[in-house]
Amino acid sequence: MRITPDELTIVEWGGLRLNATILFTWVVMVLLVGIARLVTAKLSDAETPSRWQNFLEVLVTGMRDQIRDVSQQEPGRYLPFIGTLFLFIAVSNSLAVVPGFQAPTGSLSTTTALAICVLIAVPLYGIVEHGVIGYLQTYLQPTWLMLPFNIIGELSRTIALAVRLYGNVMSGMVLAALLVSIIPFFFPTLMQLLGLLTGLIQAYIFAVLAMVYIAAASGARAGSGNQAVSAVSSEIRE
Amino acid sequence: MDNVGLIGAVSILTAGLTLAIGSLGPALGEARAAAQALAAIAQQPDEANTITRTLFVSLAMIESTAIYCFVLSMILIFTNPIWNRVIAMAPT
Repeated sequence: MRITPDELTIVEWGGLRLNATILFTWVVMVLLVGIARLVTAKLSDAETPSRWQNFLEVLVTGMRDQIRDVSQQEPGRYLPFIGTLFLFIAVSNSLAVVPGFQAPTGSLSTTTALAICVLIAVPLYGIVEHGVIGYLQTYLQPTWLMLPFNIIGELSRTIALAVRLYGNVMSGMVLAALLVSIIPFFFPTLMQLLGLLTGLIQAYIFAVLAMVYIAAASGARAGSGNQAVSAVSSEIRE
Repeated sequence: MDNVGLIGAVSILTAGLTLAIGSLGPALGEARAAAQALAAIAQQPDEANTITRTLFVSLAMIESTAIYCFVLSMILIFTNPIWNRVIAMAPT
């Protein structure tokens, strides 16, 4: 049994191997970019916009509202990054029900790449907001004794992001493969349906956690530490 | 029992134990979180949106410990590094 689509080689020229992860990442990218280009090529501000334009507007508005709720800031600057993360993960998780499609998020390489994007984006947004010195000082909060723990926290939450998404998607695939060999017809379908729900929730959680990390680094409450838990708990208190 | 068999048996046993113990704690924790969130929604239905969002994020963070255990047990069963090394070293 394969536990990652990395091992499934589609084509091989010389030393270059094109594995399933890369191929299906390209498929998702082409799908997202293609649909967006096709729809935005003929935007209209008529009374009744086209069906697809309506769909995209709902999507973008929904994402803006969620980002505003989570970060308590204007969503404009965060929308491209967070929205792309959400759409990519959501589309690749949902397409997992298409026969033959291997979700690229079921490979640790893809999820690690996404988590590293978040790791790099957090200081970038923080520096834009507070300047280099101001951002580096957040590592010394509350005292300089916490410096190593802040750095470890930054790294460990990146690993947690990557492994969480990978584990969820991979567990769905492994479970489906096991069930097909035990109870062939009905039950695997139900688990696939459950997998659709889990996939969307995981995409949402990845995006929200990325947003919480970025908001903790760049927001007004940067002093409250950059752990997600404290950001979430301060959200509860509000 | 030779080395290879021993490592195989211990790996499988450990994988099962990892998953069994590792899913116990998060299950209890998630149940508690969900129960508290439901109670909170029942008390303050207006805040349902915020509570649900926070619940999802907290559930994901609680669940991740179980996911680590799952990934670890999958590694132990399917791509066990120690097993591979012993197989490579074993005299054929």
